[in-house]
Amino acid sequence: MTQQGVRWSAEQVLALAPDAASRKAGGKLGAAGPWSEAGSTDEGTVWGLCKGSGSKPYQTVVDIADASGPAYKCSCPSRKFPCKHALGLLLLWAGGDGAVPQAEPPEWAEQWLEGRRKRAEQKRTEGGSGSPSGSADPEAARRRAERRAEKVTAGATELEQRLADLLRGGLAGAEQAGYGLWEETAARMVDAQASGLAARVRELGAIPSSGPGWPVRLLEECALLHLLDQGWLHRERLPEDLAATVRSRIGLPASPEGTPIRDRWLVLAQYDTADTRLTTRRIWLYGADSTRTALLLSYGAGGRAPELALPVGLTVEAEVSSYPGAGQLRASLGERFAAPVPTSIRPPGMTTAQAAARYGEALRDDPWLDSVPVTLERVIPTPDGESWQLADAGTDTALPLTPTARSRPGLWKLVALSGGEPVKVFGECGHRGFTPLAAWPQGTGEAVALC
Amino acid sequence: MNRTPDAPAWEELVTTALLGTDRRTPPGGDPAREAPVALLDAAAVETVRRRAGLLPARAADRPEPAPEDARPALPPAAARRLALLLADRAGGTGGGRRGTSPDLMELLPQWLTAANAHGYAAPPQMLPALLDAARGRTDLRPAALRFAGTRAVWLARLNPDWRFALRATPGGGTALPRPEEQERVQRLWREGLFAERVALLAAIRAREPAAARELLATTWATERAEDRLMFLDSLRTGLGPSDEPFLEQALADRSRNVRATAAELLSALPGSALAGRMAVRAGACVAVDRTRDIPTITVEAPHECDPSMERDGVVPKAPAGRGERSWWLGQLVEAAPLGTWPGRLGGRTPAEIVALPVADDWQAELHAAWCRAAVRQRDAEWARALLGTPSAPEAGGPGAVSLAERAKLLGTLDAGERAEWVAGFIARHGLSEAFQLLGVCAVPWAAPLGRAVVDALNIARDAGSYPWSFSGVMGLAERCLDPSEASRLDGLLAVPDEPEDASPGAGGYWAEAFQRLVTTLRLRAAMIEELNGTARAGDQPTRAERTAQPPETLG
Repeated sequence: MTQQGVRWSAEQVLALAPDAASRKAGGKLGAAGPWSEAGSTDEGTVWGLCKGSGSKPYQTVVDIADASGPAYKCSCPSRKFPCKHALGLLLLWAGGDGAVPQAEPPEWAEQWLEGRRKRAEQKRTEGGSGSPSGSADPEAARRRAERRAEKVTAGATELEQRLADLLRGGLAGAEQAGYGLWEETAARMVDAQASGLAARVRELGAIPSSGPGWPVRLLEECALLHLLDQGWLHRERLPEDLAATVRSRIGLPASPEGTPIRDRWLVLAQYDTADTRLTTRRIWLYGADSTRTALLLSYGAGGRAPELALPVGLTVEAEVSSYPGAGQLRASLGERFAAPVPTSIRPPGMTTAQAAARYGEALRDDPWLDSVPVTLERVIPTPDGESWQLADAGTDTALPLTPTARSRPGLWKLVALSGGEPVKVFGECGHRGFTPLAAWPQGTGEAVALC
Repeated sequence: MNRTPDAPAWEELVTTALLGTDRRTPPGGDPAREAPVALLDAAAVETVRRRAGLLPARAADRPEPAPEDARPALPPAAARRLALLLADRAGGTGGGRRGTSPDLMELLPQWLTAANAHGYAAPPQMLPALLDAARGRTDLRPAALRFAGTRAVWLARLNPDWRFALRATPGGGTALPRPEEQERVQRLWREGLFAERVALLAAIRAREPAAARELLATTWATERAEDRLMFLDSLRTGLGPSDEPFLEQALADRSRNVRATAAELLSALPGSALAGRMAVRAGACVAVDRTRDIPTITVEAPHECDPSMERDGVVPKAPAGRGERSWWLGQLVEAAPLGTWPGRLGGRTPAEIVALPVADDWQAELHAAWCRAAVRQRDAEWARALLGTPSAPEAGGPGAVSLAERAKLLGTLDAGERAEWVAGFIARHGLSEAFQLLGVCAVPWAAPLGRAVVDALNIARDAGSYPWSFSGVMGLAERCLDPSEASRLDGLLAVPDEPEDASPGAGGYWAEAFQRLVTTLRLRAAMIEELNGTARAGDQPTRAERTAQPPETLG
């Protein structure tokens, strides 16, 4: 690609930050002051020297056009990734006020780029000669999988027992039992290598303190957990697709199997959720030609930002392969063919009634599904007592927002963008309500990220 | 979302689950399975059935759409800049050394002023961040709300956090009736909330001063005292001789604060009867004694504060520590029209009057009162006389007035003269006392003023002090210096050799401070270009482009 890659917005750059402190520190460095000899190339390399506390300035270089996401290199000792210097440099570049002119990379940056190119080349040739490890000894792999399945079966059986005990004594008792009981059970599920079960068990612990109506929610979640256990214990009697869904819900590893789909993928949303152990990043894509919606997941452990980051509102020409399972939207990003570019593509939308029906239908393939991605056509954010809803402009139906969406700043961005007029909104629609993630103004205009 | 009506079976399941299957037998269910397992089976089926059957809710009343914003959209580069400036706010500007990077939040006011001068519309999705910024900083509100436009007021009605936007916008965003819409005006004046009435009065006063006064007169007698005070205050706009009868009547008001305000307004009308009475009273106290070798002003302060003086707004009780008579004198001289003094004091010009010696230590009292009068009556000639030449050796000028008073006097001069005076002051006295005076100068600073500040900073650096002794002026310079001056600062960016008597490391810190100054100036130049729509991404702006900006665009 020789065409000048599009400059990112400040928000897109700040989305790369591993935490709030880095975002703040990077923001401070996003001005010409400490930088010297900064430059960029058409191919998407940005570099510069940043004056730090020492006598020698830090050498910072970023490759934003790389197929596997932006890559960073900085001579500073920070363990944050990307470090504040890389963020500041990208902000300076995003600012576009001439502080990062077009230039030839200096030798130190060129060296790093050269190294990366070589490694990428190697990987490509290796990739051609069959997948790396794992398939070396199929017999050993099968034995490992069997051992793990036995462990999971033991865990699922134990969990069934615990659920039965709970229902025998009554949910009312669960209110007093508190977190302890569930934490312990969750730990048992981790031992059983069933991380999906462990996560669900952990969530059960929070329900009794979640406000009015908790017995209904607790019964629902217990019942779905029971359903998952039963699905696992009787998986050989399930259709193959549903069995794959059960395996992935239980937490067994899977790898993308679908044939890669090359498309112009519009990045609809990118957001992180974090618990004490893990940061999970979800990126929703919409394929302009395939009209498919795909979910990329990326994880960061121990407070690090997940590595994959895509600029919301731009399209990426890339290959995407889906994971196995019925109605599975999860996919993995393969090769990227060009730097992200702006687009006027918007996914087609539907009414609120169609969106609710879409969720209902999706439960056929995956009864554990909390929500489905949908785009609503012409909805108006409407206050409804203490809460908000997205009301169809043309009919008298509406989808309420989820409790979490109500308390996020994205709600007000959406309300401001709409100004009481219909807008197109992408988000997740499920049994708790609708979570808006991106919106398009009337007329032309890029997607506005709401998360 | 709405659930389809729950089958009684589900409610029964929940009740049984709460109590436990030991106490209550679940309905139906597979008798071959254990009771709790049968309950879970049934609940799983019901849960999925309930979720799959979810229907959308009935729509609530949709909000009235926001009024159309006809202003043109921001150029893309300017919109990105605004996002950066607002993002800096979100990051907070905690403590710590500032280093060489600019303080973006401090540039937001200028950015807003420049954007408003262009008449751009705010990008709707940035309104929440903009309102949050204005919520935290009241000084930002007028420009932020103007830029935010009608949609921000529409938003503020939906979010209590932004109520200030309704208070700050006349009529809470609903269009105020025009003065000619008699009936609507009357109704709003009779029935409106206090803030609405103040806004209505101010709006009418700005267009038709007499109509506003007449409107106020219709209900004057029935208003509460604190409301009367606020309403009276809005007459400051467009004050003219025709207001005198109304104000004279207010001199007899029950409330002392209302009386004082009425008197103050009347004294600003040199032709008013009150001003005339004050001129007589003050004139009786101040005279020129020609019998001395040098003509000298003599002062005979009033011996009493009679009821007629009190009625004209003179406060009889002096604050603690001040003599009653000098307190009364100060009030008389402050309220007397300055135009009477040349006639009273031998045909002298204000400059000559100020230069006269004053007998018996009355000079400070008398000159201070004249200063207040010059500010109140916005009399540039007297202000000039009282300020004196900026290079006068005593840091006070002949008026010997405080810095605060001088700042106010400067406010009566036009921008160019003000800048020149402050430049002269800085050249003579340095920066240590200049902060307050710089604050009243027009932005961007005129060339002579900018140079005086840079030279003084340079001198301070060479003297070996630390830059943070000048952080206030440095901060002002970052925001107010004309961006085209940036190139003149290039020589100051290097770390100089340290002179022997300098504070250790000061040179490095100065270089850092000047780097920040230059960076900020460049950033401001870029901001202006982006708003002009002339910035091209990736292009280094040429010097010519940078200096071609009319300085007025940065307010």
